[in-house]
Amino acid sequence: MEKVYINSIGSISAQKTFDNNDFLEEITPYEDTVISAIEPNYKDFIPPAAARRMAKGIKMGVVASKIALEEAHLTDIDAIITGTGMGCVRDSEKFVTAILDNNEQFLTPTSFIQSTHNTVAGQIALGIGCKGYNFTYVHSSISFESALMDALMQLECREAENILVGGVDESGEHTNAIHKLIKHIKPEKVHSNKLLHSNTVGAVFGEGANFFVLSNNKQEFSYAQVLDVKTYNTLAKPELMAVLKAFLKENELSEADIDVLISGNNGDIDYDDYYLDLTNGPFKNTQQVYYKHLSGEFNTASAFGFWLGAKILKTQHTPSAITLNTFRANKIESILLYNQYRGKNHSFTLLRRC
Amino acid sequence: MVAESRSHFTINLTLDNRKIMSTGVAITGMGIISAIGNNVAENYSALLKKRTGISHISKIDTVHKGSIMVGEIEFTNGELEAILGLGPNNNYSRTALLGAIAAKEAIADAKITNIKAYRTGLISSTSVGGMDMTEKFYYDYLESGDNRRYIEGHHAGDSTEKIAEQLGLDQSLVTTISTACSSAANAIMFGARLIKSGKLDRVIVGGADCLSKFTINGFNTLMILSNTYNTPFDENRKGLNLGEAAAYLVLESEFLVKKEDKKVLGYVVGYGNANDAYHQTASSENGDGATLAMEKALAVAGLVPKDIDYINAHGTATGNNDLSEGRAIIRVFGEEVPEFSSTKAYTGHTLAAAGAIEAVYAVLALQNNIIYPNLNFKTPMKEFALVPETSLKEKVLNTVLSNSLGFGGNCSTLIFSK
Repeated sequence: MEKVYINSIGSISAQKTFDNNDFLEEITPYEDTVISAIEPNYKDFIPPAAARRMAKGIKMGVVASKIALEEAHLTDIDAIITGTGMGCVRDSEKFVTAILDNNEQFLTPTSFIQSTHNTVAGQIALGIGCKGYNFTYVHSSISFESALMDALMQLECREAENILVGGVDESGEHTNAIHKLIKHIKPEKVHSNKLLHSNTVGAVFGEGANFFVLSNNKQEFSYAQVLDVKTYNTLAKPELMAVLKAFLKENELSEADIDVLISGNNGDIDYDDYYLDLTNGPFKNTQQVYYKHLSGEFNTASAFGFWLGAKILKTQHTPSAITLNTFRANKIESILLYNQYRGKNHSFTLLRRC
Repeated sequence: MVAESRSHFTINLTLDNRKIMSTGVAITGMGIISAIGNNVAENYSALLKKRTGISHISKIDTVHKGSIMVGEIEFTNGELEAILGLGPNNNYSRTALLGAIAAKEAIADAKITNIKAYRTGLISSTSVGGMDMTEKFYYDYLESGDNRRYIEGHHAGDSTEKIAEQLGLDQSLVTTISTACSSAANAIMFGARLIKSGKLDRVIVGGADCLSKFTINGFNTLMILSNTYNTPFDENRKGLNLGEAAAYLVLESEFLVKKEDKKVLGYVVGYGNANDAYHQTASSENGDGATLAMEKALAVAGLVPKDIDYINAHGTATGNNDLSEGRAIIRVFGEEVPEFSSTKAYTGHTLAAAGAIEAVYAVLALQNNIIYPNLNFKTPMKEFALVPETSLKEKVLNTVLSNSLGFGGNCSTLIFSK
C-alpha cells in the first residue's frame, strides 16, 4: 500500500488562518455563544461578480481549496471529496422562509440550488474544470473523516495521485436560534480561554472550511503522513479505551508512541468526559492540544484539528494558545486526533511526521 | 503535469481491474419501499403490470395539492411508525421511517440474524434528510417546546443514525453521502469499495428521500416539473415527476458468502464516478460526465460496451437530462446501444434514493431476465435515433448498467451482473 501525505493546506476559520505562512501567531479571542469565520478578501481569489452570487459556505470552500491547490502547485486534481454536516444552511433557511412566508409563491431557485449538500464540491469542480471523482459526505461530526477515509483508500491503492479533501460548514441564524433552545449551544457567553471551565451544557458554535491536498507523492513541502482514520457511530464510554487500543494496534502503535494528542473538547459538561478519559488516562503524561475554543464547534470542526496536526508536524512547534497541559514533546513524530459530538460519531485519526 | 497525472490515472484503473475482478462484491439482500410497492415483491409485480405510482399530490400539505404530480407512498407517518413499533415521542423524519423499513427488509432478505457477527457497516444517502419536519415546525420551534425533539432530526446524517439503531448496528462504520440525484449510486459504490479493500465484511448500502414542500417547490422554481405523467426519452417530454422512496442492498465479501453459504442475488462488478464540471444544475450537452462515468464503470468491471445487456437509464424526462444522457450513451455504445429504459415513469424521480431503487430493479431484471418498459413513450427525440424499450421484454441478461446523474455535475454508473 502506498503512503499518503498531506501536501498542502488551506484554512478559513474563526482565527486568521488563510495565510499559510502564519501559525496562530495572533489569536482572536471571543466571548460569545456563536463565533464567525474571519474571512479573507474574497476578491483576491474569486471574481467579484461570481463571489456575490455564492453562499458563504461556497466562498469559504472554494477559497480554502484554492489556497491548498496553489500551495501544492496543482491546477487540477484527480478527485474532490468534501464533508459537510449541514451544507449551505443559510440558503436552506432562506428557501424554507420564502416557502412559509409567501405560501409557496414567488420563489426563486438560487437558494434551493445552493442548499444542496454537494454544492461546494460541485462549485470547486466547476471552477477548476475537474471531471474526476466527486463525493460529498454529510454525516454529522464524521463528515470530514468519511471524506478522508475515502481519499486514503484511493491513494493507498494508487487509484488516484492527488485528491482534494475538505470539510466546510457555515453557520445559520435560525439553526443557531433553535439549537440554543435545545441547549446544544451554551446558554451564556463564554470567553475562549474559559471554554473548558464553563461548567455548562452545550458548545460555542462556529464555522469554517479546511481543505487539503492529499497525495501519494511525497514532496519536500509535504506537511505530514496520514496513517489511518477510523469512525464509530456509537461508542459506549467503557469501550473507549479498548477501541482506541485496538485502533493503535492495527497501526502497530501503542499509547506511548503518541507524542501529541489533539483533543476535540468543546466545553460541554455532558460530553467532555469522553475526552477526559483520554487526557486524564493514558495520555496524562503526553503533550495535549485542544482547538474548539479557537474554531468553535461545527460538524467539520475536526478538519481544523487535522489542519493543526499538519501544521504542528511540519513546524515542530505548538502555539501556546492551544496547549491543554504543560507537557512538551522534544520531537513530534506521531499525533493522534480524537473527536466526537454529543457522545456520537467518534473518530480517531493518526498523523506522522514525514 | 496535469496530462501526466491523467494518464497515470487511466493506467492505474486498468491495473486495478484484475484485483477487482477476482473479488466480486456479492449482493445478498434487498429492501425497497416506493410509490409502486412497500417491498421488493410488490415493486416487481407493479413493474410487470406496468402500474405507475404517479398521481396528483394528495398527502403533503402544500398549495400544489391536486395540481403537481408525484410518486407518493401510501402509508402515513403514523402507519410507518406503527410498523416500526415507535412510541409517540419518537423524532423520526419520514426519510428515516422509509429508510428503516427498506433497510430492515434488506437485512431479513439476506437472512442476517446477528448483525454484530461480522464487521458490518451502513452507507446511506439522502438529499432532503429531515427537512419535512423542519419546514413543518420551523416557526413553531421558536414558540413552543412541543416539537423541538425534531430539531436533532434535521441533519442529513440523522436518518442514517436511526437506521443503524433499528438494525442494531453500533460501534461501526456508519456514514451518509449526499450528491443530489446520484447519492445512492455513490453509497453503493463506496460500500463496494469498502468490501473490496477488506475494511468491512458486509455493508448495507442505499438511500432514502421523502417528499417535502422544500423539494417540490425547489424543483418547481427550476421549471423542470412535468404537469402530467413524465415521459422519459420522448420528444415531447415536459419534465420530471418527483417521488419518495427508500431502498437498501446488503453487500458481502466473497469470503463471507462462502463461509456462510449465502445465496447471491447478483454482483456489483463495476462503478464509475465523474463530474460534468459544466453547470451547477444542468448537464452538459454532450454528456461528458455521464460518458466518463460509464467508461470508468466498464473499465472497473473489465467489460466492453457490447457486454452490457440492458441499460437502466437515469432518464428523468427533463429536456436536458435525456438529451445529455442519450448522447453519452451513444458516445459509449456507438451503433450498438443495448435495450434501455427508464423506470422513472413508474416511481417518479426519487432523488437521493433513485440509484438504490434502480439497483434493486437491475438485480430483479437479472434474476428474471426481464427488461422493463419505458412507460409513456410515444415519439423519438429528433436529436438522435434512440428508442427505449416500450414493452415488457424477456431477454437473457448477464449484465445491467445503471446511470444516476445529478445536480452539481455528479454522474455515477453502476454495473451489476448475475
